[in-house]
Amino acid sequence: MGYYDLLPRPLSELLEEYPYIEDFLSSFGLEVESETGSLQDYLENLAPDLLEDLGISAEQLRQSLHDFINGMLALDDPLDKVNSLTLIGGVDKSGMAENLELTLKPGEVICIVGPTGSGKSRLLADIEWVAQGDTPTRRKILINGEVPDSKWRFSTEHKLVAQLSQNMNFVMDLSAEEFIRMHAESRLVTEPEEKVAKILAMANELAGETFLPDTPVTALSGGQSRALMIADMAFLSQSPIVLIDEIENAGIDRKKALDLLVREEKIILMATHDPILALMGDKRLVIKNGGIARIIESSEAERKNLIALEELDNKLLALRNRIRLGETLEDV
Amino acid sequence: MRFLTVSGPPSSGKTSVILRVIEALQARQRKIGVVKFDCLLTDDDQLYAKKGVLVRKGLSGALCPDHYFVSNIEACVKWGHENGCEYLISESAGLCNRCSPHIKEITAVCVIDNLSGINTPRKIGPMLKSADIVVITKGDIVSQAEREVFASRVKQVNPGAVIMHVNGITGQGAFELTSLFEDASNIETLKGKTLRFSMPSALCSYCLGETRIGEEYQTGNVRKMDI
Repeated sequence: MGYYDLLPRPLSELLEEYPYIEDFLSSFGLEVESETGSLQDYLENLAPDLLEDLGISAEQLRQSLHDFINGMLALDDPLDKVNSLTLIGGVDKSGMAENLELTLKPGEVICIVGPTGSGKSRLLADIEWVAQGDTPTRRKILINGEVPDSKWRFSTEHKLVAQLSQNMNFVMDLSAEEFIRMHAESRLVTEPEEKVAKILAMANELAGETFLPDTPVTALSGGQSRALMIADMAFLSQSPIVLIDEIENAGIDRKKALDLLVREEKIILMATHDPILALMGDKRLVIKNGGIARIIESSEAERKNLIALEELDNKLLALRNRIRLGETLEDV
Repeated sequence: MRFLTVSGPPSSGKTSVILRVIEALQARQRKIGVVKFDCLLTDDDQLYAKKGVLVRKGLSGALCPDHYFVSNIEACVKWGHENGCEYLISESAGLCNRCSPHIKEITAVCVIDNLSGINTPRKIGPMLKSADIVVITKGDIVSQAEREVFASRVKQVNPGAVIMHVNGITGQGAFELTSLFEDASNIETLKGKTLRFSMPSALCSYCLGETRIGEEYQTGNVRKMDI
């Protein structure tokens, strides 16, 4: 079913069934008032002067509506499941071959380490672009073992990668609840209220300090913001791959956050230099001079050390808390 | 010569995006020309010149900037062609949001930023709504959810466009955008071409320099609000 099937149907009926059509029309400045005719009649009866004022031609409006409706209907199509992502090595900045083939599966956590400027962003960008030897690194990305459909490159609703960047601000003047609802609505989620409640509950579980649904997003702490976005990624984002640029050790339970994304079957790539996060990963990709120089699998000995590191970390967190509560640290 | 019109609201990051694309095109040994249109003042031509590309600047001054654009762009294309440019990029700001420099069959790019607010896409006319490529900038300073909501708002008003996220500072996404530039329209002249959409017009006494306010001074194409 598509645009041409909807054209002869009564507009009032369509607006009931597909409320986004009204949203579309209003975003062009068009109003719908007690229409009796079909969608086709409506489009044909729009006055040319009105369209001229609104800055759109009748022909282009139809084309846009066509693309929009077909795009929205396609949202209902089941998403191709990503069972694996394969990275076929290219070359580093000096042209040296990487000589590797690495397959990542849902639920895996891969850390990316290397100094600033070493090429971490390029690696993440290669994945996002589903590179086919056409980027400076000449890397190739396969999905489910095959050269993927190019729709992954340009689709806004079926994006392969969701990215959690390090500097993350909210600019919208909305409460946490309104904000998540708006996001859910933009994704045409069927039961938005249920999803919103689930995301807020999870964000509160991840965040060190709890917040209320009516807290403005701009008033959330760094940890709370991250917790909210990680819960949002886990439950709302369709993207099978998550790129995380460091999770700061403040105000968020990082282990729980990672576990949540793992449970939701995401492939997680995380740029980090934090020893605890790095050891929580299954593998570490060491980036040097633009290329993947080495792949380190977290060893048994390292995992043992992780326990000691976590103890250290908890101790520091406890001290933080004491400072927050106005205590002194004469005895640590 | 490949020719593209790049437009977008003021301060959306047009120049930064074009500079990042120029770097990527230069890595492919391409010869590039840029025409920068502005109203009163711009130093961006120096930024382009520093990159070693050919640059021309046009200031519209007391004229409507988009009318100025369309009266000059043919000569600019001729200039680019005569100077052996493989790429010519025109940069102009859509100041009233109803203007658009986009030309039929010429690859049209609109640059818009995440910080401009989620209602901005619907407020911008043909400059955004008829573009072939929409570049969204400043994604690194907002959350993933805001990026998605903003992109869906852009998609709503221009569902046929390729929507790309480019970071004008780090250049993330610029390489990918450049590969779309490589597919841009190939032309020698703009002769016979038409704009994608008519430009707003006035042709009233104020166009001719009238400054006094009042019914008796208003002649020509005047429209009244319903108050």
